[in-house]
Parts: sequence; C-alpha cells; structure tokens
Amino acid sequence: MSAQPGTAFEPVLTRHVREANSFALDSYLKQSPGYEGLRKALTQRPGEIIEQVKASGLRGRGGAGFPTGLKWQFVLKDTPKPKYIACNADESEPGTFKDHVLMERNPHLLIEGCAIGCYAIGARVAYIYIRGEFLHVQEILEKAIEEAYHAGYLGKNIFGSGFDCDVYVHRGAGAYEAGEETALIESLEGKRAQPRIKPPFPAVEGLYQCPTAVNNVETLCNVPFIVLNGAEWFAALGPEKNGGPKLYCISGHVERPGVYEASMHTTLRELVFGEQYARGMAGGRAFKAIIPGGSSVPILLDKDLDTPASFDGVQKAGSLLGSAGLIVMDDSVCMVWLAMNLLHFYRHESCGKCTPCREGGDWLYKLLQRVESGEGREKDIDLLFGVASNIVGKTLCAFGDAAATPVLTTLNLFRHEFEAHVREGRCTLPAEWRTSRPVLAH
Amino acid sequence: MSFHPRMDYAPATFHTSARTLAEEGEPFAFTPEHQASFDDNVARYPPDQRKSAILFALYLAQRQQGYITGAAMRHVAGQIGCTAAEVEDVVSYYTMFYTKPVGKYVLNVCRTLSCALLGAERLTESLCEALGIEPGQTTPDGEFTVIEVECLGACDRAPVVMVNDDWHERLAPERAAEFLEDIRKRGLPACSGCHLDVERDATR
Repeated sequence: MSAQPGTAFEPVLTRHVREANSFALDSYLKQSPGYEGLRKALTQRPGEIIEQVKASGLRGRGGAGFPTGLKWQFVLKDTPKPKYIACNADESEPGTFKDHVLMERNPHLLIEGCAIGCYAIGARVAYIYIRGEFLHVQEILEKAIEEAYHAGYLGKNIFGSGFDCDVYVHRGAGAYEAGEETALIESLEGKRAQPRIKPPFPAVEGLYQCPTAVNNVETLCNVPFIVLNGAEWFAALGPEKNGGPKLYCISGHVERPGVYEASMHTTLRELVFGEQYARGMAGGRAFKAIIPGGSSVPILLDKDLDTPASFDGVQKAGSLLGSAGLIVMDDSVCMVWLAMNLLHFYRHESCGKCTPCREGGDWLYKLLQRVESGEGREKDIDLLFGVASNIVGKTLCAFGDAAATPVLTTLNLFRHEFEAHVREGRCTLPAEWRTSRPVLAH
Repeated sequence: MSFHPRMDYAPATFHTSARTLAEEGEPFAFTPEHQASFDDNVARYPPDQRKSAILFALYLAQRQQGYITGAAMRHVAGQIGCTAAEVEDVVSYYTMFYTKPVGKYVLNVCRTLSCALLGAERLTESLCEALGIEPGQTTPDGEFTVIEVECLGACDRAPVVMVNDDWHERLAPERAAEFLEDIRKRGLPACSGCHLDVERDATR
C-alpha cells in the first residue's frame, strides 16, 4: 500500500479550527490564506485561475468527485446573462458533517473561496445554500460575511481591481434532495427542491436560467490554497488524481467519532483504528462493516479496509468515497435493520418527482419492515432485489440509485441475515445486542 | 414480475386524496420589523426573482405566529407576487414548516443511521414515555412536541436532538427525562449546543 507511515500530514483546512475565535476576521487574517489567495487571484486573469484549479486535480468534495476546474470551464462564457456560484452547504447525506465544522470554525475561508470562484467564472454573486437546520452555523457565516464587507474583501472594487462580488446566505427548510445540484437551484428559485432534466447542465442553464457553477463547501475552501500555494503543491498532497487535503467524517461505533483531515493516501483502516483518528471500535467490540461515503454507497468489510480512502481507491474496492462520511458498525448491528433504517430515510426524503424512486422506496421500506419484524416470506428477499434493481438508473437524479443501494449492498453481503429472519421469524442476533427497538407502526 | 397488490379499480375509496386544507387562522400581516426584514432579504435576489425569498418569508410568518396558516400563505403570496397555491406547494414540501400548532419546545430527534446506532430509537421512546405522547404529538399543556427527523448532520455527536433552533448533543436515552426537566426549568439554555465550542470549553 502507498500509505505513508507516520503520516507527516499537516492539516490544511482545519489547521486552526481548535483555536479560540478562529471564526473571526482578525484570527483569519493571521492564518494562511487570510484573503491573500483572493488578492493574488485578482492579479491574474480568470482563465489562469481555472487552469490552476484544473492542474491541481481538485475534485468536487460533495460526493461525485467531478473535477472542479472542468466544471468551471464548462460555465458558458459568451453570454450576456449574469453568472452565478451556488455553494452547496446543504450537507444532508447521512454520516456527513464536515462542512458543518468548516463553516462554523473557518467561515472566511469559504467566503474567500466563493469570491475566487466568482472571479474565475465571471460571476459577481455567490449564494451559499445552507440547510435550514444549521441556523447556528448560518449566524456565524452571516457575521463573517458582514466583517468581510466592512474590510473590503467583498462588495465593490475589491483590492482596487474593479472586481465586484456579493456573497449571500440562503436558508433551506429541510429537504435532503436540495443537496442535488439542480434541485438546489430549484429551491434557490423558491420552488420545491426537485431535480431538473439534464442537459442542459447548470453550467449552461442553472440559477434563473443563467450559467451557474454549483460547488460544495469543502471544494471551495480548497481553492484559496491552490491559488496561493500552487497546483503542484496541492496535487502532491495525495495520490495521483486524488490530490489535496480531505476531510473525513467518522461516526457510528467508534471510540472517538469526529471530523479528521488527512491525505487520501490514508487507508480506511488507519482512519477507523488509527490513534490520531477514530481510535478503533467503541467498547472493544468486533468490527462488522463500514459505509465509506455517506449512506448512499455500498458497504465494505474488514478485508477492504487497507484501501486508501481516495476517490479511486474506494471505488476500486467496490464502493464510493462519496461525501467521505464513514459510518462504522460493530457486530451488534442487524443488517436488515440497517437497510430498513436507511430506507425510512430515503422513503421520507424522496422528492416524489420520479415514480420508480417515490413508489419503489416505499415498497422497499414496507418489505424490509416485514422481514425485520419476522413476518417476511421467502419470496420477499427476491422481491426486495427486484424492486431495488428496478429503481437503479431509472430516475432523473442519483437519488434513486442511492435509495436502492442500501438494499442491494446488504442483500449482496449479508443475504444470510435476511434468510435467517425469514426462517426463524425474528431477528437472529442476541436480543441484548440489539440497538433497535421493535418496529413501531408509523 | 408484478409486485403490485391486486386492486379493484374505481371503487368509492379509490383516489381519495389525503390532502387537508390549511387552517385559515387569524388575519395575518407581517409586523413592521418582519416587513423590513423581508424587504431587506428580497433585495438579495434579482428584481424579477422575488420568489427566491419565499422560504425566508415563510420562516418569518412561522416565527410570528408559531405555524403557517392559510392567511399567512396568502399574505406571503402577496408579498412575493405569486399565487397562494404556489406558496402552499412550497410549504407542504419542506419539513421545517408547520401547518398545525406545535409545542413551545419542538424536540426534533434525529433517527437516521449514525444516531440510531447510538440509541436514537430508545431516546425517542424515553422522551415520549416521559411526556406521555407519541412521536408527532404535542403534550396537552402545549409545552413539548416530539418529532422524529432525518439526519441532522452532526453524526459525531449522536444521538442529536434539535430543540426549536437550538441543538443538544449526545443525549443518552437514560437522561431523557432529566433533560426535559432541565428545559422546563431553564428553557433553551438547557441545550448543550452543537459546536466545536473551543471558547466555551476553555472557560470550563
């Protein structure tokens, strides 16, 4: 494995988050980049910034891992329409809480990233779409924006360059689907958060039918560092095509859950068991499974843990890095219950636009409920597989695939647990191990 | 393969909509402060895109009277310059808008995987048992509502509860009753917050 032993990695994005008042402008100005990235960017041509971001290999941190430089390059240039940056701060993927920390402790970094992004694509307004539940984070962010305006890092004629930029926070109101880029745009326009048919992609027709780049918070936070320290520096921080620092959110049955920054050389095993990371299983129980990238990706087992936690590494192991939300489960977890818990989520959050997802999610949940409660029939297992397979690839956005994944992956790896539920008429794990309660009707 | 249940077509119950009309409520208009706040917010968007401020307007309406009534929706529609149906379309989609009165304290218990792994289901049970209600209900004294919500995005502090706009982290099911007592006594300051609260920790 290419993992670097001893990890000489210095945190980049979260370096100062544990310092007192790290969110204040005067603290930020003492740190790197401290708006020096923006100052430097404004001395260059927008095209040069895009080239640098492309050369750095920065990939979107929201889930899909799409190269950010390309996304910016696709934003239509020759148009009289205004252009926009829509920053995706909806952070709703179960198991993900990295942007939460960045915005709460380092809001100026995001503001600087938004401003550079605007300059690069020729926009002058960025909207930060934050989930409605994060009011405490929003207040910090709004205060930081106010500070930035007062100090002249936002507003008119920034650094005397003639570049104007406004950054606004837009509060969502509780919808997972708003994290999908076109649904986010719909929600910004004041409608239900439902995805649009693509193409046209947002880069051509996004917010208010204008060219728009939708970028995740962590993605934009990386940009000032790339401008200041160079594309080579950034790329060298990780494996090929997986450069830069990465935030990992580790939750579930671990000793020390939290957000950890590491290079993408780091293996999943180090992240879960490493002394400087999550420190292994809570209560000394045995490891059973891990969801490595937020609830929408396939489960990995102990044998896969030596994979580097990079976009390409995790994909090679048969899953996806997604939003880097690592959910760790010990041997007390029933996999039928797990699939049921997640399908409750997807059933509830489905926006209802595409039939396979809206109806299929509900059927999957009902079937799982039946199997989990011990009333399942043998053919229910094939039925689960059939319904899930009929959602995959048949919806406008990736939500459909995401909703089917928990069922397909548990069936694939833990089919024997489903069979045991049907055979025994109950969950076969010892009752005292159960984290779940009996299924309640609701 | 068909997994659809056998269904008699067009009996009397077929296609009965579950839709209930919004409560009309008292006549509604923004207070002068809320009106100013709305006018300020709507200026963030292009002049022909007032609809972008709809969520903000609905939050104001909800803050003003606790939940969103038909009269409030109509008022918001007038402010935005759209139809009341468009406003209702939005209200009915987003989970953070209430169309019925809720308690003084709304306990939003996260029920998704990371919180569930650490006992969120038992937490909901304990809270409901202590209050004598079911999830989704409000106590008769109008103090507490318990709602099960999906992932709140603070999975390292599981199980997490959002109380109105404040947060409480790592609430063990065994401490549920104690927590409720604390809220009754002190109100929202009983919540621990959900921060990497370096400043607070330093003063301990």
